[in-house]
Parts: sequence; structure tokens; C-alpha cells
Amino acid sequence: MAAEQDVTQHSVSAGEYIAHHLTFLNGTGGAQKDLIDFGLINYDTVFWAVFIALSGGFLLWFAARRATAGVPGRFQAAVEILVEMVADQAKDLIHSTESRKFVAPLALTVFIWVFLMNAMDFLPVNLIPNAWTAIYAGLGHDPHHAYMRVVPTADINATMGMAVTVLLLCLYYNIKIKGVGGWAHELVSAPFGSSKNPLFALILGVINLAMQLIEFCAKTVSHGMRLFGNMFAGELIFMLIALMGATWTGLNAPSVFLMLGHIVAGFAWAVFHILVVTLQAFIFMMLTLVYIGQAHEGH
Amino acid sequence: MNLNATFIAQIVVFLVFAWFTMKFVWPPITKALDERASKIADGLAAADKAKTNLALTEKRVSDELKKARESAATVRGGAEQQAAAIVEEARAEATRIVAAAREAAQTEAAVAAQRAREELRSQVAVLAVAGAERILRREINAEVHADLLTNLKQELS
Repeated sequence: MAAEQDVTQHSVSAGEYIAHHLTFLNGTGGAQKDLIDFGLINYDTVFWAVFIALSGGFLLWFAARRATAGVPGRFQAAVEILVEMVADQAKDLIHSTESRKFVAPLALTVFIWVFLMNAMDFLPVNLIPNAWTAIYAGLGHDPHHAYMRVVPTADINATMGMAVTVLLLCLYYNIKIKGVGGWAHELVSAPFGSSKNPLFALILGVINLAMQLIEFCAKTVSHGMRLFGNMFAGELIFMLIALMGATWTGLNAPSVFLMLGHIVAGFAWAVFHILVVTLQAFIFMMLTLVYIGQAHEGH
Repeated sequence: MNLNATFIAQIVVFLVFAWFTMKFVWPPITKALDERASKIADGLAAADKAKTNLALTEKRVSDELKKARESAATVRGGAEQQAAAIVEEARAEATRIVAAAREAAQTEAAVAAQRAREELRSQVAVLAVAGAERILRREINAEVHADLLTNLKQELS
């Protein structure tokens, strides 16, 4: 949130500043040209996602290793509250005890991981990118190409990756619970039902199948895009707020005014973002449970 | 907004992390929670049992106390009776001893009085004879007046 003034002083315009901050580190020295290119990988997203997964996993493991049935400490109690919350939601939404053995821990993973990845937004927007610029330049590279994005959930690859994983799990549980035949029957007979008349049955089957495919696509896309959109917008607003303070040109009225705006807006948005970060993590977890729960139930 | 291989990487990391949580995080914590729940249930049951036991014990204690008080009262009553009997007996004994002593003393006194009287009588007889002898030595022959003297002696007894 705290702006580093040097960004604009190097004769970088606000547009260039934002664009630089929104470019991933993918090894090409610039932004990705094609819409879809599986030859590239965003090193920053992968690094931070894995780093956060390891940190969050370690925290959970640390709590689990020392968990006792006796009086819990504060840390253990906090983790227990999370586990209890996830377990309760899973129990309400997924009625198969067998499936819950995997899906409940999966939901906990989703919540912890998404929450921590979202929380990367609370770090000052220029802190890690500037540190990376220094390291990158120190390694003898062009500092103008030192791209670094620290919020993995503001990368559509990360959120859609998770959403598609949930979709794959939904397909798996559909087949596991209903069998291939049962599920195939459901695909053509729900949501509008079937008919005794073969012609109507065929028409309804096509419509049902289309509806089912649209439903799966819509669920998955909205699942991933909702999180991405929220976090991308949150990050972007932090950058815009940072730009206000970055226009500092000395002790004059416009600079002071903008700096005050930066402080007030930065504080307000950060506080509001606490809600967004937690809420989006919770929503992502709940939708994961809801979708997998739906895969267990016939229409 | 561009898709690339990060997408695949994220899927892999996600599944690995979920597997890790399922394997190493979820079971110990839920186990601890379940164990604590059963521990608390046991504790509550034990507390209930202890409360019942306490009530029972209190009742038994009060019963025992009542019994002890009753038996103490019985013992005290017996002891008082016995003491009264002992006192009574002692008093009777004392009365008896006093009576016996008095009787003995009276007998002794009577015997002494009798003996004194006998002695006195014989002395009086001797004195009378001696007096009479002196008077009669001159005029009375003892042999002649023997009957008279014997009569006199008998009269004095």
C-alpha cells in the first residue's frame, strides 16, 4: 500500500506503472502475447502458490502433530475452529461419509490456501516487486523486465486451475456414485425429464444434455472467475491508491492532498479487503463443497 | 487474463496439497476433537455418578450417626442403672455393717454389764459375809447360820 515514489520519478507514466505491475514473470521478458499458450508458465504465480501452500501446510501439520484431546492451546484451538467449521459445512452439503474423508480435507485446503494467497494483497504493493527488481538487477538482468506479481489468486490460471480441479472431481464423483450408465441417463433426462414418445425423448435429451453442459461450464467459469475478479480488482485498486502518494513532488498543496488521500483510501481499502479476502476464500470453499455435493445427488 | 501452463501447475499443487491435508492434517485433528468430546462426555457422566454417590454416602453417614447416637443412649441408660444398683447395694451393705456393729457392741456391752453385775454381786456377797462375819463372829456360828447366809445370797442375785 505504501507507495515507493521512485517509480514515477524514473519517468514512468501511471499507465506504464500499472502495466508493469500486472505483468507476470514468465521468462519471455514481457507480457504473454497469445490468449492461450501452454508453452509458458508464470514463475511468480507458481512460486508464491507453492510457497504459500508449503507455509499453510506446515502450519496445519504443526497444529495436527501436537493436537491432543486435552486442553488445547490458542493455536490448536484456532486450527480446531477452522477444522470444525469446514467439517460442519461438509457434513451439511455432502451426505456420503466415504466421500467426506477426502472432500472435507480438500475444502479445508481450499479455504486455507485461498485465504493465504488472497492475503498476499495486504503486503505493500511495491514491497516484493521492488525487492525482486533489486535482485534481478543484481543478477545482471535488465531491471525493466523484473516482473513480479505476488497474489496468485489474481492470476486467472490459478483460480481456473482450482475451479477445473473441482469440475474434474465433480465428474469423478458423478461416475463413482451413479455409475457411467446412471450418470449418462441423468445427462439426457435432467433437468426437463424425458418422454415416452421417441421423438420428444430425443428432443428433450438434446436440450437436457445442452443444459447440463452449460451448467457445468457456467459453474466452473463462475467459480474461478469470481475469485480472480475480486482479487484482481483488489490488487488493481491498491496500485491506484499507491499512485496517489507516488505523485509526491514536494511540500505543496496537491501533493499533500494526494498523500492524505493515499493514506485514508489505503487504510479504508485495506480494512475492507480483510472482508473480501476472507469472504472470497469462504465462498470458494463453499462452492467447492456445493458442487461436489451436487455430484452426489440425482436431479 | 492469459492462460498458460501455470494452470496445469496449479491443478497439480492443489491436488498434492489436498492429499497432504487429507493424510497428515485432517485425521489427527478430528481424532483429537472426537477424543476430547468423548472425554468431556465421560467427565460429565463421572460427575453425575459422583453426585449420586455423594448423596448416598451422606445418607449412610446420617444413618450411622443416628444408630451410634441410639446405641450411646442405650449404653448410658445401662450404665446409669448399673451405677444406681451399685450405689443401692453399697448402701445396703453399709446399713448391714452398721447394724452388725451396733449389735456386736450391744452384745458386748450386755456381756460386760452382766459380768460387772456378777462381779459386783459376788463382791457384795463377800462384803456382806465379811460384814456379817465381823458382826456375827462374835455371836453367830457360820456353820449354824449357813442356811440363812445362802438364802441371803440367793436373794441378792
